[in-house]
Amino acid sequence: MDLKEISKEIRKKILKTTFNAHTCHIGSCLSCVEVLTFLYFKVMKVNPKKPWDENRDRFILSKGHAAAALYSVLTQKGFLTEKLLGTYCKNGGKLPGHSTYRCAPGVEVSTGSLGHGLPMANGVALAGKRDKKKYRVFVLMSDGECDEGSNWEAALFASHHKLDNLTVIIDYNKLQAFGKTNDVLNLEPLAQKWRDFGWEVKEVDGNDLNQLKKAFSKVPLKKGKPSLIVTHTIKGKGVSFMEGKLEWHYFNLDEEKYKKAIKELS
Amino acid sequence: MRNAFIETLIKLAEKDKSIYLLTGDLGFSVFETFAKRFPKRFLNCGVAEQNMMGTAAGLALSGKKPYVYSIIPFVTIRCLEQIKDDIAYQNLNVKIVGVGGGYSYGYLGATHHATEDIAMLRVLPNLKVFAPGDSVETEKLMIEAYKTKGPAYFRLTNVGGKTVHQKKDKIKIGEPFVFNKGKDGALIVNGVFLGIGKSLIEELKIEGYKFKLISLPTLKPINEESLWKELKDQKLIFSLEEHSLIGGMGTALAEILMDKGWKGTLKRIAAPDKFFPKVGKAEYIREKYHLTKEQIKEYILKIKKS
Repeated sequence: MDLKEISKEIRKKILKTTFNAHTCHIGSCLSCVEVLTFLYFKVMKVNPKKPWDENRDRFILSKGHAAAALYSVLTQKGFLTEKLLGTYCKNGGKLPGHSTYRCAPGVEVSTGSLGHGLPMANGVALAGKRDKKKYRVFVLMSDGECDEGSNWEAALFASHHKLDNLTVIIDYNKLQAFGKTNDVLNLEPLAQKWRDFGWEVKEVDGNDLNQLKKAFSKVPLKKGKPSLIVTHTIKGKGVSFMEGKLEWHYFNLDEEKYKKAIKELS
Repeated sequence: MRNAFIETLIKLAEKDKSIYLLTGDLGFSVFETFAKRFPKRFLNCGVAEQNMMGTAAGLALSGKKPYVYSIIPFVTIRCLEQIKDDIAYQNLNVKIVGVGGGYSYGYLGATHHATEDIAMLRVLPNLKVFAPGDSVETEKLMIEAYKTKGPAYFRLTNVGGKTVHQKKDKIKIGEPFVFNKGKDGALIVNGVFLGIGKSLIEELKIEGYKFKLISLPTLKPINEESLWKELKDQKLIFSLEEHSLIGGMGTALAEILMDKGWKGTLKRIAAPDKFFPKVGKAEYIREKYHLTKEQIKEYILKIKKS
């Protein structure tokens, strides 16, 4: 299966999972599918048979509300069974609506409250440096999450300690919970802000696998600096009636819409 | 007490290379030795406590044993959600150490007072909470906690180097420590009131009353059965702590005693539910809030005689 096919499968899993569970955050899951696909199938050294191998690359989903996307990519990669994925947000199930520490193989940390992933990633990356380990740490953040002050504390720390084994990806779909990011709390110039904090930054179309390939071909982007890849994405990407629509942060799928969405992907 | 902490930590760190010390830019004249001896394991994280706490969680996720230090408000309620989500929820092996319990930083004002930390942290699952009263309790509980995986909070108080305990005293996590037996009532103390409680007992003896003195340096978990064994025959109990009346040791005692169906009287001597409206050193504030040894003695005698 090529990467395009894989990302299609992951989208279908996200839709099925959230449809069965009647849950929200579908748009937030769909915008980062190509990033997750590329990381798990091309970039990261991870092994579903040894999910906690101490030399594994670490993926930290800081935008924990996209948990269905993480569980779906982990299922596609063989970490989770389809059966386990089916317990998402079900009473007595194991997979909460926000990714939770070791709730399943490959889920590294608990997130859900925004602005927690990067500080924890700092600790993991620093420990790797001190122990002379080769593993890398990847953090996926949302754009709205950049409002949180803790991230800017963490951004200072990462560059101060030259954590070039740390890469942050911002899923910049331009929509946060209650409006456009730049109407709610202007982030621009976002890339420049991170550069000013000592990071090496690249900007790409985050729904274009070829552009992601170019961006990730040289991580770290610069030796001695933490890397940031700002991925410009579309909320709800892949389903025409969800694309660019704020309401798909909240809505869940009825049967008719679910079938329509799946049809578009088939 | 702060010296007992750092000396113990250095001893532990010499044997265990996974120990890290993180500070929010505080510890001048205290941490230099640690920093010199273990430069790779000393992290001044700057005045950025949310990141510091998250970084500690990340280090613990990677097998390290971080100790995170600052003045109490900055290492507790400033980053309370990081303590909840990153450390307690994930049940990670992070030890939080705060200095300045109660009114230790008296004249610096309420931003630096710490009279709500126990209440805020006692409700978090997995987190152990300690408020030692002298350097013996500090050292022994630190070693016990080091041997126990999981998160813990140490509330240190500026009580100086004078010890109340003897070196051989057995101090265990969750266990009350009984100093004196007595049938006229019980005093239960922690933190700064350990020393005060010890002399109060002597003075009350001169007045003709024999009080039982119990130190309770662990506020979570409390071994309820051990405590109940010591208290069930008492009719009058005083709890003494430099923490808000709401949510601290007195509240914890009330919860346990009520659950056990105890029929006696519990008097909670603690900080009032107020920000101190004036300026003053710790002793001055204690006097205004009727928390000095003499005032407490008078209060206890009044109740005994009524």
